[in-house]
Amino acid sequence: MKQTASVISTYSADVMGVCSALYELGGMTVMHDASGCNSTYTTHDEPRWFDMDSMVYISGLSEMEAIMGDDDKLIEDICEAASDLHPKFIALAGSPVSAMTGFDYEAVAGVIESRTGIPALGFPTTGMNTYIHGASMALEGIVSRFIDDPSDEWIEEKLHTVRTSDEEVPYRVNLLGLTPLDFSVNSTVDSLTKWLEDRGFEVGARLAMGSSLEEIGRASESEVNLIVSAAGLGAARMMYRKFAIPGVIGLPVGAKQSDLLEDALRRTASEYRTFRTSGEVFERSGLTRIKIHPNDLDPARDEELVAVIGEGITSLSVANAIRFETGRRTRVLCATECPDNILRPWDCMTPDEDDIVPKLSDATVVIADPLYKPICPPHAKFIELPHEAFSGRIYRKDIPDLIRDFDSWTEANGIRL
Amino acid sequence: MLKKLNEDAGHKDIPGIRIADADFPAPFRSGLEYSSPARGTWNIVHTGMLIPEAHEIYVCGAGCLRGVVLTAAEMGTMDRFSTVAIRENNLLDGDMEDLIIEGVSDILGKLPKRPPAVLVYTSCIHHFTGTDLDVVYDRLAERFPDVDFIDCYMNPIMRKSGLTPDQLMRSRLYMLLHERPQSDNAVAIIGNDLPTLEDSDLMRLLRASGLRIHEITSCRTYEEYQEMAESVLYISYNPDAAPGGDMLSERLGGRHHFMKLSFDMDEIDEEFDRLAEVIAEKCFSEKEGAEEKLIEALSVIRSEGRNEVSDAVSETLGLIGDTPVVIDYTYCPRPLGLARMLLDNGFNVTKVYADSLPAADRPSYEYLRENYPDLMIHPTVHASMRFASTENSISDAEEAASGCRVLAIGQKAAYFENTDHFVNVVEGGGMIGYNAITGVLRLMREAYNTEKPMKELVQIKGLGCEVCVR
Repeated sequence: MKQTASVISTYSADVMGVCSALYELGGMTVMHDASGCNSTYTTHDEPRWFDMDSMVYISGLSEMEAIMGDDDKLIEDICEAASDLHPKFIALAGSPVSAMTGFDYEAVAGVIESRTGIPALGFPTTGMNTYIHGASMALEGIVSRFIDDPSDEWIEEKLHTVRTSDEEVPYRVNLLGLTPLDFSVNSTVDSLTKWLEDRGFEVGARLAMGSSLEEIGRASESEVNLIVSAAGLGAARMMYRKFAIPGVIGLPVGAKQSDLLEDALRRTASEYRTFRTSGEVFERSGLTRIKIHPNDLDPARDEELVAVIGEGITSLSVANAIRFETGRRTRVLCATECPDNILRPWDCMTPDEDDIVPKLSDATVVIADPLYKPICPPHAKFIELPHEAFSGRIYRKDIPDLIRDFDSWTEANGIRL
Repeated sequence: MLKKLNEDAGHKDIPGIRIADADFPAPFRSGLEYSSPARGTWNIVHTGMLIPEAHEIYVCGAGCLRGVVLTAAEMGTMDRFSTVAIRENNLLDGDMEDLIIEGVSDILGKLPKRPPAVLVYTSCIHHFTGTDLDVVYDRLAERFPDVDFIDCYMNPIMRKSGLTPDQLMRSRLYMLLHERPQSDNAVAIIGNDLPTLEDSDLMRLLRASGLRIHEITSCRTYEEYQEMAESVLYISYNPDAAPGGDMLSERLGGRHHFMKLSFDMDEIDEEFDRLAEVIAEKCFSEKEGAEEKLIEALSVIRSEGRNEVSDAVSETLGLIGDTPVVIDYTYCPRPLGLARMLLDNGFNVTKVYADSLPAADRPSYEYLRENYPDLMIHPTVHASMRFASTENSISDAEEAASGCRVLAIGQKAAYFENTDHFVNVVEGGGMIGYNAITGVLRLMREAYNTEKPMKELVQIKGLGCEVCVR
């Protein structure tokens, strides 16, 4: 494998994923690197940089500090800045050089925390994985560190309400995996929230766009997690490990898929409520798997093949919706990290240009970020679906809100039969 | 205005220091670094694209590739740009040389047309793993004898060791020039990202002297670029270009002459006198009457320049009066020299944004300490600068009512001061000579009279990089 990209872009990296996931939570995130990561992140990966005053910095690692293993400089710099700026937490993420020198993120975070009294988290990113890896790690860290069990009073009150209410008490749903790298800063997050409310759910914490750290701290009051990108999978695992709260994976794109997703959320939340209200331990074993909503199971109605390139869960959801709504065969080419058992058997992991090209040979339609177009076969119709994590800010104004506008988007692009 | 995410966060005071109390060249302690959204300065992708028809290949981790690939995408040069991604296993496998050789070969095999030159950018990882770059380039030259390869670097870890990345990149621009017979009628202006303006005094002087002028910004083909090698004199005026000029001189044998970009009229005269001497020596030694012609042209430039400066100062001061003026280091290589010229002419310069003070600005630093001790120096990367824009913001209504409450020279100054009245220029804008003074004064008048959409403009990367798109 040559690991080359002769003419296409590259995905945002793990260290940027950490910054993006933690951006709105009032903390201070430090990239331990020489230079460059910070301006790259703030220019291409962070649409909120001009308008929201998050504290994201770079350590400015020098050759001598790296060679001499001078961690004290970094620790002092962080402690000094934290003393001035009062972040709610401190996060430290790494780059290729710090990875190579064996920098111990957790240990240094521990030292910083003991000196400042501010919670500190170390994320051993290397700058060599995609943003999904880093964002997932960061959101998992937030769940691990800042979300506790609901208070006894809250539990008592909730139990009482559930048992005595004449009407069904709405299930509360957290959204896991929200970053602008996958959802930009258009109306998509609001549409996800509205979709849940329209379907009778209460919206809990949104990790991590649109919720404060305090609101996220109450995420354990929810009964199910909706995992909207692979960046939410680490947090979902931790939510289950700590609180046994289960998760459902997918996006409410398209009518049929939305109905199936609602049903999956309702059933899953119901199981959890039964578990929580009955306290029966054996119920817990039934919640160990993260549920995946129904896949591309209906028989195809035509011979066309629609290839969708991009992040795993978004691409899967778009592909499912197209299959459900139009009957066309679909194939997901996932170019970012995505754990096993999420994609369908005929979907593919395609980290490099060389992996993608052969998988497009029989596609009649390709849906992907515009920067993929040069490697797509000329016989296939190319439909642009800009993705901030791939093309940054270039096509930001063209990123659709597929939760709200899937029907009109498919119609405008001639996908509907 | 910035939305506050943490009500407790933020520094009460924007960091800054009176110039009288500022150490030279580093007035501020280094610490965590903030990156402002002002992006007009060029990076190594933009600069490398100045070589016509050349192809850039970056070999690094995804995090490092991200910024450069999107620079190329935003400037519309993805057809001249490729990457080889380093993965974690490559660190363990010790196959860095193979990864570069096979990766570059794979890319060249896929390109629709073989480029005449390839700039291969290696990174911090290669430096730390001791990658044998000599072997890499030898193998590539063997495989592709029709391609000129040049070693370029994206290794910011080395920014405090030896040449800065900017100096290094500017030096690489001319390493591909092949030796050819030199002509004493040809000169090259080297090391600039932006073209030297035709109405600048430097161009006027060179044109009046009848010399053939080469500048990389005007080369349309690789062959035109190669023609630069015929130059007998290499003129640079960006301090970061000087090391590259010396290397070029050593390699091809022409003479490198560095002239200071100045805002002091006496110094401008001295610099042009020195240049004229060098031109006379290198270009006119066997041309009768040419030197006289040069001296005459210089005399005209001088008298016209001084008159124009005098008029421009009066007109500009009459317009903007005591409106506070702030300057940042991205405007030009000598921000303190600019501040000094403006202060001496009665302008109300209140702040200079600069993290370090350029060596070339030492005389101005001493002068300003003595004569304008309260001039404030502010950093741009200090962690607390995250909140400067908010501290300096006012409501839209107040902004509209106040007119030009502050005039910024440079994008970072505009961002930190939250003003739409600003001079949108980087790297001196191709102005040199008296024209550098009249030019900035003209731009100040325009900025005073007309607002610009600061938020949109300063976020565009590589101001003026369209010159690379060929």
